[in-house]
Amino acid sequence: MTIGISRSSSTGPAGEPTGKGAQIRLESITKDFGLAHPAVDNVTLTIEPGEFMTFLGPSGSGKTTTLNLIAGFESLTSGTIRLDSQDVSTLPAHKRNLGMVFQNYALFPHMTVAGNIAYPLRERRVPKPEIERRVAEVLELVQLQGRDKHYPSQLSGGQQQRVALARAIVFNPRALLLDEPLGALDRNLRAALQLEIRRIHREVGTTLVFVTHDQEEAMNLSDRIALFHDGRIEQVGSPENLYAEPETLFTARFLGDSTVFALGDQPVTGPVTWEDERWAVDSGTVAQRARSGGPTALVVRPESVGIVRDRAQVPSGANSVRARVRDIEYMGAYRTLLLAVGQEGITGRARIPAADKNYALGDEVVAWWHPDAQRIVAA
Amino acid sequence: MTTLVEPSIEVPAPAKPSLLARWRNRRSADPTPVWLTVVGTFVALYLVLPTLIVIPMSFSEATTFVFPPRGHSLWLYRNFFTNDRWLDSLRNSFIVAACAASIATIVGTSAALGLHQLRGRRSARFMQSALMFPILVPSIVIATAVYISFLRWHLVGTLAGYVLAHAALATPFVLATVTSALGTFDPTYLRASASLGASPWRSFLTVTLPLISRGVATGAVLAFVTSFDEVVIALFIRSPRFQTLPVQMYNSVVVEIDPTIAASSSLIVVTVSLIFLVALLVNSRRTSRPGSANNRRSVVRRTR
Repeated sequence: MTIGISRSSSTGPAGEPTGKGAQIRLESITKDFGLAHPAVDNVTLTIEPGEFMTFLGPSGSGKTTTLNLIAGFESLTSGTIRLDSQDVSTLPAHKRNLGMVFQNYALFPHMTVAGNIAYPLRERRVPKPEIERRVAEVLELVQLQGRDKHYPSQLSGGQQQRVALARAIVFNPRALLLDEPLGALDRNLRAALQLEIRRIHREVGTTLVFVTHDQEEAMNLSDRIALFHDGRIEQVGSPENLYAEPETLFTARFLGDSTVFALGDQPVTGPVTWEDERWAVDSGTVAQRARSGGPTALVVRPESVGIVRDRAQVPSGANSVRARVRDIEYMGAYRTLLLAVGQEGITGRARIPAADKNYALGDEVVAWWHPDAQRIVAA
Repeated sequence: MTTLVEPSIEVPAPAKPSLLARWRNRRSADPTPVWLTVVGTFVALYLVLPTLIVIPMSFSEATTFVFPPRGHSLWLYRNFFTNDRWLDSLRNSFIVAACAASIATIVGTSAALGLHQLRGRRSARFMQSALMFPILVPSIVIATAVYISFLRWHLVGTLAGYVLAHAALATPFVLATVTSALGTFDPTYLRASASLGASPWRSFLTVTLPLISRGVATGAVLAFVTSFDEVVIALFIRSPRFQTLPVQMYNSVVVEIDPTIAASSSLIVVTVSLIFLVALLVNSRRTSRPGSANNRRSVVRRTR
């Protein structure tokens, strides 16, 4: 289906057609609030037209500040922000023509749903009949027909967020910015709205920047993820790329679970040792940033770990380590064994079939994995 | 559950609770103590009664102040509405109060908005206190200061003089009510309106002002009333050509011993009460509107 909001007749305030959404270029942008660390520290990133880009990271990592810098709510300390090569670094927020959705919806409580959605069109002096037509179209897009006369407080959280979304896309912004838009919703509603946002992104085709601290949400939705850490971008890539090929320990830990073996400063080009184990290394699994020296770590995802009773059962060529079962989590589709690994007893995770009830707390086992399933990252 | 057959045992009917017990039951778990109700009633009467005494007196036939009032007639009211001195001062008071309230509302609202932007900073707290000064300083001190400076500026006895002095006096009331209205104003709304293309001025007109309008209106009413019944400054800067109603009332008691003051006082009491009643009614209507935030949200929460 093509989107009903007619792009042909709509132009931005500068008179340029909005097309498929703008390219957003962040060129070494920095925001320093005068605290110990800059909130955003020399970030460079290009978001392509029509791309679904997620800023992921723990709280205080600078992802929301970066979004606010793009939106124009905060001023840059240094650096440049470009929308389709136009320098907008000093352009006030209301002239940037970017749609924004907030975590707490920020719907105007004194206006009806229709009034809220018509607001950006009224500010642009769109003629009244066209306002009515476009409000009706966008209400259909977010599946809220017939709610136009309601006040925001008469709607549920999920409906309010749909209205906020409708209000942010009705004026064909150059890009859509969403700041933890699903943070206030419960789990089922989140899943439903994630689908909705993906559908709307497909239908409208605009550039979309989505901020979240929820790694699952980021993996489900994004074309690419920019992982933030202490004001910098730790790694950018597709969800598969970030999950399967993390460059650093932070990335490996933030996306998904893993068992982490600290390797210290030893060279990682050949076999590595950990405690008294000696493991083969597949050179394809060594991250770029782990090759340049410095401390490294070996990480293994729980789904790559097999469990056997003794060493003789370990397949040849696999790496293995002694472990003790510390706890068993039943997850419905599978079970997770929490292991105390090696002499030190570091925490490890292995995924076993849900039907497998052969293990009990305190059992001595051997965990194994193939060298091509592990990854060596910069620690 | 319904299929269970109850064995027919004679259950003694519960004894009818005493009247006192039933009264206690009706009261909530944490009732207002009786003594508090009694004390509260006395305080309320103490505050209201002196004001209300003036109303029966305004219907008196007597040409001097006597209580209880003698007879009943409307001659005091006739006197009030036919005497130019009373009517002029009433008109002056209305003009002064309207102008002063307008200025105070604009200045107080702007100050509240500005200070809200700077909130948290020490300078903002200092300025907030400074702007509250006219409420804290004894009015006789302000009156003296106003008199001395207005003499120099030739503002004594002029409309502008009254308006300026009363506006300064009334501004803190607007500042206080608008500041408290802004306390519940979510600044995210302004980010939203900016992202939707509204300039700061348009955002103020379309988002901020409607959402703090109740605070602004309350402040404007308080400012109007403050000016309307202000007497100390008005006494200092009065002139034979220009007097406000409170000054005329003061004169009528001290100089002329004119009981018409009973009628004018009653009129003021009734007018001011009406203004506040209307404000109260408008507010309560707004909170019960279906679209209104609080009551609707609580309903939603309950049905979940």
